[in-house]
Amino acid sequence: MKKIVLLGVFSFLALSFVIGAGYKVGDKAEDFKLQNVDGNYVSLADFDDAKGYIVVFTCNGCPYAKAYQDRIIALDKKYKGKGYPVVAINPNNVDLKSDDSLEGMKKRAEEKGFTFPYLKDAKYEVYKTYGATRTPHIYLLQKESGDLVVKYIGTIDDNYQDAAAVQEAYLANAVNALIGGKDPNPNSTKAIGCTIKEK
Amino acid sequence: MRFGIINITGLVIIWLLSSYTLKHQPRVLTFNDFEPHLHLQNDTTYLVNFWASWCTPCVEELPAFERVGEEYGHQKVKVLLVSLDFPGQIENRLVPFLEKNEIRSEVLVLNDPDANKWIDSVDPSWSGSIPATLIYHGNDRTFHEGAYTYEDLKRIVEQKMKVK
Repeated sequence: MKKIVLLGVFSFLALSFVIGAGYKVGDKAEDFKLQNVDGNYVSLADFDDAKGYIVVFTCNGCPYAKAYQDRIIALDKKYKGKGYPVVAINPNNVDLKSDDSLEGMKKRAEEKGFTFPYLKDAKYEVYKTYGATRTPHIYLLQKESGDLVVKYIGTIDDNYQDAAAVQEAYLANAVNALIGGKDPNPNSTKAIGCTIKEK
Repeated sequence: MRFGIINITGLVIIWLLSSYTLKHQPRVLTFNDFEPHLHLQNDTTYLVNFWASWCTPCVEELPAFERVGEEYGHQKVKVLLVSLDFPGQIENRLVPFLEKNEIRSEVLVLNDPDANKWIDSVDPSWSGSIPATLIYHGNDRTFHEGAYTYEDLKRIVEQKMKVK
């Protein structure tokens, strides 16, 4: 009996560790249901025609996140029609960053003319499940026989300062690879970003 | 003669002004030029903190670094504040910030936009969010993504100094 309890505790700990680490490329991602800036709740399953998703953890205040928002809009416009829409999620704790409330997000979405849903991770759970640590942080998902498979994790391109000076458009290359039936290479990149504000 | 005095006074004023400005004028480096700062092999303990003036948790932990730099400065401990402020904001944001807060630690700006190429060279466990800090003494390295308190820094620095 003791052994079983111990085994149970151990499995639980092991599982918590795995959950805490977030997704890696190849993992199956969970869908979510979060409130959009228009008041409606959005899930990935709502996009009937999607072949996959560009899930972007972003926010209203981080200079890196803001520097990339025009490029995110451009990516959404380019890839939505090809089956890969952008779904943006704001994970910052509102008690620490009041500007990241749904109201503040609505303002930002209107100012920038976001063409994609901008959702509030109101329980601060989705970003933890995904393993996002910073804004912006991208998870590219692909639908594969009913599952959502993580195909690329990382940044948008190699120059946050100047879109015109980009040499490697990591995310666009990754989406193009999926469209071409291939796996992205590289499938994981890093970038400087703002810590997700959590209590 | 009088002109001479005026000239000298003028030069002194220019020198004072420039040295004041230069004090808070950080060097701007690419990662290649910056990288040696992560591997200095001598008897000093280095605290290399990655931050930016617009990053709230970074700014909140700066006093802890300043305090450690001050308290251990005479014991071969050196704080290096590596700013990731945007190049266009050095003059109008970073320098005024350093002056206003009277930052005494050495500050330099790391300007190398393709961070994917260099983040792992700082530490493979770094996902890229700031603040992040590397504390090292020779090959004894401690990396942490997230903010530090004064007590954390003091403990790590003292441990590194003892180990040597």
